[in-house]
Amino acid sequence: MGSFLEDVNKQINGVDLQNCYHCQKCSSGCPMAAAMDFKPNEIIRMVQMGQRDLLLRSSAIWLCASCETCVTRCPNAVDIPRMIDILRVMSLDAGVVPHDREVIQFHESFLGTVKRGGRVNEPIMIATYKLKTGTYLKDVGVGFKMFLKGKLSLFSPRTKNRKAIRRIFSSTAKS
Amino acid sequence: MDYSYYPGCSLHSTGKEYGESVEVVSRALGLKLHELDDWSCCGATSAHSTNFELSVALPARNLAIAEKRGLDVMIPCAACYNRFKSAQHSLAQDSDLKNNISKSLDDDYSGSAVIRSPIDIFHQDVGLESLEEKVVKKLKGLKPVSYYGCLWLRPPEICGFDDTENPIMLDEMLTSLGAESRNWSFKTDCCGGSLTISKTELVENMVDRLMRMAREAGANCLVTACPLCMANLDMRAHEDVQLPTFYFTELIALAMGLEGPENWLGLHNIDPLPLIKSLKLL
Ligand code: SF4
Ligand code: SF4
Repeated sequence: MGSFLEDVNKQINGVDLQNCYHCQKCSSGCPMAAAMDFKPNEIIRMVQMGQRDLLLRSSAIWLCASCETCVTRCPNAVDIPRMIDILRVMSLDAGVVPHDREVIQFHESFLGTVKRGGRVNEPIMIATYKLKTGTYLKDVGVGFKMFLKGKLSLFSPRTKNRKAIRRIFSSTAKS
Repeated sequence: MDYSYYPGCSLHSTGKEYGESVEVVSRALGLKLHELDDWSCCGATSAHSTNFELSVALPARNLAIAEKRGLDVMIPCAACYNRFKSAQHSLAQDSDLKNNISKSLDDDYSGSAVIRSPIDIFHQDVGLESLEEKVVKKLKGLKPVSYYGCLWLRPPEICGFDDTENPIMLDEMLTSLGAESRNWSFKTDCCGGSLTISKTELVENMVDRLMRMAREAGANCLVTACPLCMANLDMRAHEDVQLPTFYFTELIALAMGLEGPENWLGLHNIDPLPLIKSLKLL
């Protein structure tokens, strides 16, 4: 196994992180930087310095909104959002319990409904998320209003060929 | 003109009025939409944040279905569009990935499907002139800022939109409808949509800022082409800064005098009807 940096670069499979010259253009344009514990260019630095454990526990990797502003503006085309996705998966694989568990619980609830029905059923997805996080009362007003307006239906159509969906999930599942 | 059509999950629920207005307007503009057979979810942010292969395989299944018909694929949801485009890009770049993923699909995947947004289709294939010809009620007094957000535009080499920093297709269409489109520099700023449920407070600040900037630009509403941006803008702004947001297709339908706008606008959280009625547009 290579170093942490080599590992991440290999998975990015494009521009290596060493190409970053830390001009900080990414961090200054990042809409989430103010809320992150490490700014986008600091994350790159930390990968370069092998700070694996600290990064996999950070909130920054879960706060990235995947808006792709940083990579669009980077003079060296460093793909920060892809790097962050890689760190997220590493963090999940390492079983790290991050500060921002609710973001992960949201993803689990979302993909759970896709796996079962081929499509997202929003009320069921949200109910699952609320059970996982215990945030029962948050957004109840908004949700109920949408329900009354007929936007959220418990019986939205699903994909018929669910075998095909299960196959996609099982063949991309990590061992 | 015929197109394959991928509505995606949102257009059947939170983005219901977007789905309906896309279909009604397309029909009125002479476009025939063929919904993809037994389509499935694109995986959205949740797949690419947690499992790269899954985030490629889910769109690939739909692309393979689309290839059989060979028509351009209209995708009205910016998030689905972005996932489809990214998956197609990754599969074109990496032949091992393509081989692996092809094995989990029922249909053959070659990468030939052309993925398009309704913004581009209405602007380029229908054209501003034909659009303007069909206007029966000019949207006079409506002062929208066009809000494009992230997912139609970035990264530019994958999305292939008109201009990454200053896109203008929506602005031009709104002008053709007789609206007094306002210029602003927040067209492509992120609204935080992907974190709206899990990081609500952070996102409220982002949305409030967009509303404030729209007001500063002299706008009385925002216009979007994304169900996630809509849900976010429509539900996360604090009362003192709220402006109504419209789907661009709702406004096209309104200007063309089509059936539907009254119902669709009634589904919004921030009520746009007072504005529309004060301008005598309904
Ligand atoms: S913009 Fe690019 S080069 Fe500059 S600090 Fe960020 S990643 Fe590095
Ligand atoms: S993609 Fe993530 S890191 Fe990059 S600018 Fe957007 S929120 Fe910040």
